[in-house]
Amino acid sequence: MAHTDRKQVPLEFEQPLQALAQQIENLEKQLADNPAIESDLARLHEQYDLLRRSLYSKLRPIDHLELARHKQRPYTRDYFERWDSEWIEMHGDRKGADDPAMVLGLLRIGGHKVVGIGTQKGRSLRDKQQCNFGMPQPEGYRKALRGIRHAEKFNLPIVTLIDTPGAYPGMAAEEHNQAEAIAVNLMELAGVTVPVVAVVTGEGGSGGALAIGVANRILMLEHSVYSVISPEGCASILWRSPDKVSEACQAMKMTAKELLQLGVVDEVIDEPLGGAHNDYDTVATNAKMGLIRHLDNLRNLNRSQLREDRQKKFRNIGAFYEPAAV
Amino acid sequence: MDLKEWFANRKKAADNSQSKQPLTNEEYCALWTQCFHCRELLYTRDLRSNLFVCPKCQYHFRIGAVDRIEQLADPGCFQEMDADLSSADPLGFVDTDAYKNRQDEASRKSGLKEAVVCGTGKIRGRDAAIGIMDFGHFGGSMGSVVGEKVTRLVEHALKHSLPLIVISSSGGARMQEGILSLMQMAKTSSALKSFSDAGLLYISVLSEPTFGGVTASFAMLGDFIIAEPGARIGFAGRRVIEQTIKQKLPADFQTAEYLLNHGQVDMVIERAKLADALGALIDLHQPSAPPKHSDAKDKSKQKVAAQSTPTRA
Repeated sequence: MAHTDRKQVPLEFEQPLQALAQQIENLEKQLADNPAIESDLARLHEQYDLLRRSLYSKLRPIDHLELARHKQRPYTRDYFERWDSEWIEMHGDRKGADDPAMVLGLLRIGGHKVVGIGTQKGRSLRDKQQCNFGMPQPEGYRKALRGIRHAEKFNLPIVTLIDTPGAYPGMAAEEHNQAEAIAVNLMELAGVTVPVVAVVTGEGGSGGALAIGVANRILMLEHSVYSVISPEGCASILWRSPDKVSEACQAMKMTAKELLQLGVVDEVIDEPLGGAHNDYDTVATNAKMGLIRHLDNLRNLNRSQLREDRQKKFRNIGAFYEPAAV
Repeated sequence: MDLKEWFANRKKAADNSQSKQPLTNEEYCALWTQCFHCRELLYTRDLRSNLFVCPKCQYHFRIGAVDRIEQLADPGCFQEMDADLSSADPLGFVDTDAYKNRQDEASRKSGLKEAVVCGTGKIRGRDAAIGIMDFGHFGGSMGSVVGEKVTRLVEHALKHSLPLIVISSSGGARMQEGILSLMQMAKTSSALKSFSDAGLLYISVLSEPTFGGVTASFAMLGDFIIAEPGARIGFAGRRVIEQTIKQKLPADFQTAEYLLNHGQVDMVIERAKLADALGALIDLHQPSAPPKHSDAKDKSKQKVAAQSTPTRA
C-alpha cells in the first residue's frame, strides 16, 4: 500500500518532535559540505528517539483519541487484505441497500476460517462521504446481521473490527429504525453458538460500536478508545462547553489500558511506536496473533458453552451496591 | 362587647391569619399545572384523576413509576423486586459536580433509588413481570443498576414463565458510568435473547421520551411494541440529527405517530386504555385450551371483549 510513501500527518502532542525533526533535516542538508557535524546529527537522532519514546510513554487520554482518529490509521479493509489477500467480500442487507460503512466478508486468519465484520471509514474525501465517515446506517447493521446468521449456520467463528464514531444520526437512519437494527444485533450476537472475538482498532463509539461488539473476547489496540458517548458529546452535555473534551476523555475512562483494568476488555494489543499508522504490517500481524490465540482458546468450548461464556461475560458487567439479604 | 361578638371577632381573626399566610411558590405551583401542549391551566388534582392526560388536548404528561404502577397494576398486588440496589461510582466520575452528589440530588427529586422500578403484579387479572422506568430520576438514564434490575426482571420472568412488560422512559445510557453503562445494553439484550428463545411474551411500552441506549436495546426488542400518544422516541436526539444533516426536521419527527407510520411500533394507544390492551395481549398469547365444542372460540372472544371495557382505578 502507498500509505508509507505519504507524508505523515503530525499530531498536536507531537509538536516538540516536529521541531527536532526540522533541525535534523536542516543539518542533513548541510552534511555534504560539513562532515564534522555528523556526530551532532547522530546525537540529535538519539535525542529524537528518546523524546519520542518519552512522549509516547505518557500519553493523555485525549492523545490516544487523536491517534485512534488518525487519518492514516489502518481500517478494516487494510487488516482483511493483510490477513488474507484472497478474502471474499459479501455485499448488502438483502432488503434494499449495501452500506459501505460496514464491511462483511469471508476470510482465513491463520488456520481459522471466519466471517469478518468491520466498520470502514473512507480514505479519500469521496470514499469518506460514501462511508459516512465510518458511521453505519441501519442497513449496515442489518448487513452485519446477515454475517452473524451466516456464521451461525455454517459454524464459523466471527471476528469483528470496530472503528466508528457511532451509528449515523440521520433522518433516514431514524426512519429505517437505527435503534432496532442495533438492538437486534446485540440480541443475536448474544445468542450465537460460535466463537466471537471483537477488536477495537480505532474509535469504539457507543451503541454503534457495541452492535458488533458482543463478543466472547474483546481486544483493543493500544491507542484505541471505547466509550459510551463521544467525548465531544459528553463535554457538551455535562460541561456545557465544547472545549472540555480533554476532561471528558479523562473522566470517561476510555483508553485501552483503563478498560482492561475495568475488566471490560480482555487484552490490549501493542501498536508500533508512534501508532498503528506508522506500520500497517506490524499492527496487522500483532492483531492477527492476538486473534489466533483467542480463537484457538475458544475452540475448547462446545457450541452451547460458547454462548454461555459470552452471556456470562456481559451478565457480570456492572458496579452497584446491594445490601446483603437478611 | 358581648360574648357573641367576641366569638365572631375571634373567628374572623383566625380566618384572616390563615388566608394571609401566602402559599409558597412550590405549593402554589403544585396546585396548578400548565399543559405543555395547549397551555391550558389545569387543576392538578383533576389532571391526576385523568391519569395525567390533559382533558383538553389529550397531551400525555410524563408520569413517574409510582403513578404508573397505580394506574396499571391491579390494586395492592404489585410486589417490588430488588428495591435496594443502588449505584456505585465505579469511575469516580466528576464533571461540574461529582456523580455521587448528582445521585443524591436525583434521589431527592424523584424519591426513588434508581431510574427503574421492577416487580411482579397483575394487570387486569393476569400475572406479569413489570418494569417501569422513571424519567424523573436522572433522566431515566441506564447505568449499572438499571441494567442489572431489568436483567434480573427478565430472568425472573423466564424462571416463572411470566409475560414481561417494560415501560421505557429514558434519555439513554448514563454517561457517568462510562463503558459500564454501554455494556448494560448488551446485558439486557442478552437476557432477552434467552427469554425470547423460551417462547415467552415481551411487550415493550414506549413513553415520553425514550432515546439512545435504551431504545437501542430492550425498548426495541419487544415482541409487541406500544407507544403512548405524542411520545418522542428515537435513537439520536433531534438536535444532533439537525446538526448532522443541516436541515430542519419535520415537527412530528420521532413522535409515536410518526413511528407508527414508519412501521416501528405496533400500536399507539391512549393511557386510559393501556391496561386493557396489555391484558388482552397477554391473553392472546396464552396457549388456548383445546376446543371442546365448536363455539368455544367465540366464547373466549366474548370474554376478552367484556374485560376490555375501560375501568378506572
